[in-house]
Amino acid sequence: MSVPAELRYTAEHEWVAIDGPSATIGITDYAARALGDVVYVSLPTEGAAVTAEDPCGEVESTKSVSDLYSPVDGEVTDVNGELDDDPGLVNSDPYGAGWMFKVRLTAGTGEDALPPGLLSPAEYEELIKESD
Amino acid sequence: MHERLGATLTGFAGWRMPLRYQSETAEHLAVRRAAGLFDLSHMGEITVTGPGAGAALDHALVGLLSAVQPGRARYTMMCAEDGGVLDDLVVYRTGSDEFLVVANAANTAVVDRELRARAQGFDTRIADRTHDYALIAIQGPEAAGILGPLTDADLAGIKYYAGRRASVAGRPAWVARTGYTGEDGFELFCAPGDAEPVWTALTRAGTSAGLVPAGLAARDTLRLEAGMPLYGNELGPDVTPFDAGLGRVVKFDKPGGFVGAEALAERAEAEPRRVLAGLTLASRRVPRHGYAVLADGRECGRVTSGAPSPTLGTPIALAYLEPEAVRDPAPGLAVDIRGRAESADLTELPFYRRRRA
Repeated sequence: MSVPAELRYTAEHEWVAIDGPSATIGITDYAARALGDVVYVSLPTEGAAVTAEDPCGEVESTKSVSDLYSPVDGEVTDVNGELDDDPGLVNSDPYGAGWMFKVRLTAGTGEDALPPGLLSPAEYEELIKESD
Repeated sequence: MHERLGATLTGFAGWRMPLRYQSETAEHLAVRRAAGLFDLSHMGEITVTGPGAGAALDHALVGLLSAVQPGRARYTMMCAEDGGVLDDLVVYRTGSDEFLVVANAANTAVVDRELRARAQGFDTRIADRTHDYALIAIQGPEAAGILGPLTDADLAGIKYYAGRRASVAGRPAWVARTGYTGEDGFELFCAPGDAEPVWTALTRAGTSAGLVPAGLAARDTLRLEAGMPLYGNELGPDVTPFDAGLGRVVKFDKPGGFVGAEALAERAEAEPRRVLAGLTLASRRVPRHGYAVLADGRECGRVTSGAPSPTLGTPIALAYLEPEAVRDPAPGLAVDIRGRAESADLTELPFYRRRRA
């Protein structure tokens, strides 16, 4: 189960990559495996305002559907259109080609602009170990 | 062994079962195009033996099992006095005075208890042999070609819903041409200690033909495409065989009557309260168990099973609907998928039918 060291995580199994004022968001390898084959991802629209811990989309897999939460406050600047044709990218490359959306952070730039509740890689690994 | 193969396991009726090995969609498609190998050892096996076995089953179940020839199988059900389904079953006549009743894992204890109670006064013996049998299924168009060289049974001589004792990879087994996928295939009942060598031999023989291990997730989408009911979804104690469109399994004309006969005779005469229907959606959002079905905006039933169909590429569902909802001209149907109505088309069952050779 891969948990890249450079990312931050949520208890809802999203990952966040921070690059200046922009955060890229997807779901973790653990989440993708637990869901099974992803068949459809409904993403927020570009320009939409998202609020941390509020649902902003959904991930449909063969067995279930899960809400997609934004881990941060901000405005959606980009969504991964590739997932429309190939939702399986979420399973095959959850931290790369399976990214979901990008947000310009309301609170500024860099690590300091992230909400305090996000999990470190070590904390997230602990969480998924407990869930198994 | 399944964990060595990388399986994701799930708890199911007290068993640890493989949900999927790799991608359940790939497993599903492998069964449609080549073959899949399933461990179904959680299924319950109950033997009913003795000179009165056939008569006891005629009384206990809705079918006429005494008329089944040795070496043949029958799909049937056990109903309560009120006609509700306690389990759906496959019964093999393994000898002139021997039947093997295969029950759903979660219902095995109920079926065993009811069979014992209902067989009182018949010259028969009932034994829950679940822990004496492993069950391996090989399903798909390549199944016969893979299994053939490993068994002394003439597979061409085993018709659909038939079985015989034979050796598989040198181990004794009951080899039956049955399954729950809508494909040709076999179910192999063997001793638990023989399961791993049989599994390994089939894997070695079949991998080059496209055989893959397949889990419960693929099994569920395969049976759904084939329009086969699942106990707990389409069948339950509040459902009669007639509600499920399976009234043909009920045989009223048998001597001595059977448990549930009176209530079922009433159901057979009455207008159906609801009908089991197939739905296909154009949306990519998937109807799930319990979602409301709408006819011209008004709730007319509930989804019992739904999934993205790997073969058709669209979401499909089974649902119990009011009879008015399936009359011609049909109303505009939709499924309420978490607050949004997604339009749905009535689809004749099964969703998928294999091409026969």
